[in-house]
Amino acid sequence: MKTVCAGNFEKSDRSDCRIAMTVKKSGGIRISLNSKVAILYGAAIRETCEKILEFYGIDNAELQIDDSGAADYVIAARLEACIKQLIKTDKSWLPEILPQNMSGTERDRLRRSRLYLPGNSPKLAINAGLHSGDGIILDLEDSVAPDRKDEARILVRNTLRAVDFYGAERMVRINQGERGFEDLNALLPQYVNVILLPKCESAEQVRTVDAHIQKLRRECHIKIETWIMPIIESALGVMRALEIAGSSPNVVALAIGLEDYTADIAVPRTSEATESFFARSMVLNAAKACGLQAIDSVFSDVSDTEALYRNVRASRALGYDGMGCIHPRQIKVIHEAFAPDEAELEKAEKIVAAYREAEEKGLGVVAVGSKMIDAPVVKRALRVVELAKMMNKQGSRREKKA
Amino acid sequence: MKTVKNAVGRWVPAEINGEKVIPFKGIGKHRPRGRKYAPHIVTSADYPPSGDKRVPSLKEALIRSGIKDGMVISTHHHLRDGDLVANQVFDIAAELGVKDLVWFPSASFPCHKEIIRHLESGVVHHIEGSMNGPLGKFTSEGKMKGTAVLRSHGGRYQALQDGEVKIDIAVLAAPTADPFGNGHGLEGPSACGGLGYALGDFQFAEKVIVITDNLVPFPCIPMQIIGNYVDYVVEMDKIGIPELIVSGTTQITRSPDRLLIAELTAKFCDAAGLVRDGFSFQMGAGGTSLSIGLFFHEMLKERGIKARFAVGGSTQYSAKMLEDGCLEYMLDAQTFDLEAVRSMRENRAKHPDISIFHCYDYHAKGNFTTMMDVMILGATEVDVNFNGNVVTHSDGYMLHGIGGWQNCLFAKCTILPVPLFRNRIPIIVDEVTTLVGPGELIDVIVTERGIAVNPRRQDLIDKVKHSGLPLKSIEELKEEAERICGKPQKPELGEKIVAAIKWVDGTVIDVVREVRNG
Repeated sequence: MKTVCAGNFEKSDRSDCRIAMTVKKSGGIRISLNSKVAILYGAAIRETCEKILEFYGIDNAELQIDDSGAADYVIAARLEACIKQLIKTDKSWLPEILPQNMSGTERDRLRRSRLYLPGNSPKLAINAGLHSGDGIILDLEDSVAPDRKDEARILVRNTLRAVDFYGAERMVRINQGERGFEDLNALLPQYVNVILLPKCESAEQVRTVDAHIQKLRRECHIKIETWIMPIIESALGVMRALEIAGSSPNVVALAIGLEDYTADIAVPRTSEATESFFARSMVLNAAKACGLQAIDSVFSDVSDTEALYRNVRASRALGYDGMGCIHPRQIKVIHEAFAPDEAELEKAEKIVAAYREAEEKGLGVVAVGSKMIDAPVVKRALRVVELAKMMNKQGSRREKKA
Repeated sequence: MKTVKNAVGRWVPAEINGEKVIPFKGIGKHRPRGRKYAPHIVTSADYPPSGDKRVPSLKEALIRSGIKDGMVISTHHHLRDGDLVANQVFDIAAELGVKDLVWFPSASFPCHKEIIRHLESGVVHHIEGSMNGPLGKFTSEGKMKGTAVLRSHGGRYQALQDGEVKIDIAVLAAPTADPFGNGHGLEGPSACGGLGYALGDFQFAEKVIVITDNLVPFPCIPMQIIGNYVDYVVEMDKIGIPELIVSGTTQITRSPDRLLIAELTAKFCDAAGLVRDGFSFQMGAGGTSLSIGLFFHEMLKERGIKARFAVGGSTQYSAKMLEDGCLEYMLDAQTFDLEAVRSMRENRAKHPDISIFHCYDYHAKGNFTTMMDVMILGATEVDVNFNGNVVTHSDGYMLHGIGGWQNCLFAKCTILPVPLFRNRIPIIVDEVTTLVGPGELIDVIVTERGIAVNPRRQDLIDKVKHSGLPLKSIEELKEEAERICGKPQKPELGEKIVAAIKWVDGTVIDVVREVRNG
């Protein structure tokens, strides 16, 4: 008899479980459970497993469950991943979806921070939304080992339904190629807000994915928007940034991935980042030319928050609107760095006040004191004031929800 | 066993280990009469005029102290998990064929799992003290001959003072001592800071043995242990393992979730107006509470104000606060890391060692806890009536001691920053497994998913209701925990009572029953 496995049970894997499953010819369902929470949840774990096996019509099987406090939706995902290695089925056992996980997002919402979560590690997902990031990315691409892609997809699907992210935008980074379409088939019906396309190098790539997304949206009656964020991570992608940015009306932002980009141009990534100055400028200009947000690469030294702050300020100075994070503690720093500082805000408010006054009086010219203010300066000031307002609003809204 | 329902609705026995006990009557309701306990009168004529009380070995000291079956033996816990002395006491007792001893430590640590052997062989009958890790598991499974008794640090002093526990022999390690028996913990290879928990032991024991690995000529200053109470002094090569004496817990948390809880706690204290010039606080050495301390420190520095005093649990963080002038006095009964030990040595006027009698004894003419503005504590469970548990987990296993927890509940604002769940196990529950502290003394629960203020504290609710903080009812928090984790089953517990939990006044507030479905 073939035995299959899914899930993780190493020392560092809290909130997860590993299930080993063998289908038998007779003997009914036998479950052997090794769990720290057996006294409190042993019966619940068995019940969940029995329900799922029944759902798939499996009457005889042996399960060995090694559990480190996995939530019900995790256990369900692990068991489903086992079952799908053993039998061919189109059925999926879906945990109940939280009503708040069906909400849509606006095109121009704040996307300062987006927190990457490895798709196959449940422990980081449960509390990820508490840290007030603008977005949460469940990653199926680089952070998931090739032989774990299928079980990760099932886990991410259940996570999108069962975990409350407290208002963060729900994003998924799908795989490249054919596997990416399988990811979309499973995840688009779960009301994902943004699909991240890794290693994007052409408009065609975006259009193919977008067409598939639109097909799935129609089939699944998804009414909320499904945005696309291509990630540009190669020299070719950089050179084609403009066509990628303009490839579909559903693209909301262009992101740049510098680890892969610097590898592609065969130079080390430095903290001065001169090697990527051209690429970042290209992506930024392409995004702005098409009215999109521009999102910078992650900063990988988690412990150095001061360097992160400087990095974000430099990124903001170039025109970027957001940055990826790999640790929750980076979120606050990124938000602070993207906020207009007080002097900047004060000046912008003065200009906006003068502009409104001029408007009221029907004057063609805006002046602060004796200084004449040009139209683009007014435009920038309006943007600064608006951003500050959004950030305050966003901040206090989260605080109440957390 | 006959049980009665006490004032918090828990069924407790009228007798434990053959002694009558009083069921908990309510906070401040039990008023014992009579006089305090005292050991026998002694005379200096029986002690060497040279002041040299040294004997060659611990074995010799125990024999001279008249060790015999059924005695109560107390030990220190200030060497924490690096203690090399307590286990030896019972190894010697076993060698001498002594049986049915009662071990009365001020706390136990995982290193004391060796005592399990002596519990199994009958050398030790039962433990009265804290039971951590392996000892707690052993006890929970009903394997101890007698019934364990758990007390708070203050309750331990109260029990000695009131004569509930009579120590026959106290064995106290002193990182530095003189031949007369004076001792302190500030210097020596096993330096641990203050010895504030040992006061009751040497005051009330019939015989007192001081063990040191750093003997100095008389006088040993300061006299944290007072030699006039001491019978014998034993020199040993090594009383402790330094890296295990200094607790590994004195690092601020790196967990982003705990940091969030710490930040919310600090913001709550600020919104409630508690962080003001001249305020006072206490917190433990856990990562979350240390982070709260850092937030306080930043607020004080920013506003140019000072805290008047803190009671500790001192750490490198409190030392820093003291030394940069944000904290005027650190009253220290327990020194958690080497930086704190150094601070106690160098800042003696501002960082004195104090005893448990000072800060916690409930049968005294007042104690320090009621004067404290902010008290930060932990819990394994809190229920919807704000009752708290620190000794058992939801699966019924007793894995921790009470420490100073019960004593500290009397502060002006008691805050429990806890995660809503730990590894699927909800912390906020319908009813605590073991009721260690009554809800009327627990004011605020801070979790990563919201803050619940005890409805009894309308004053606090009024102060924070417009703060923008995520305020929720305790029931809402409980429901959220159950939504995420599922509703846990109750553990199946046996009838056998394996431990009694004493309240700060010596009455029995709850019991722990045997775990059956482990």
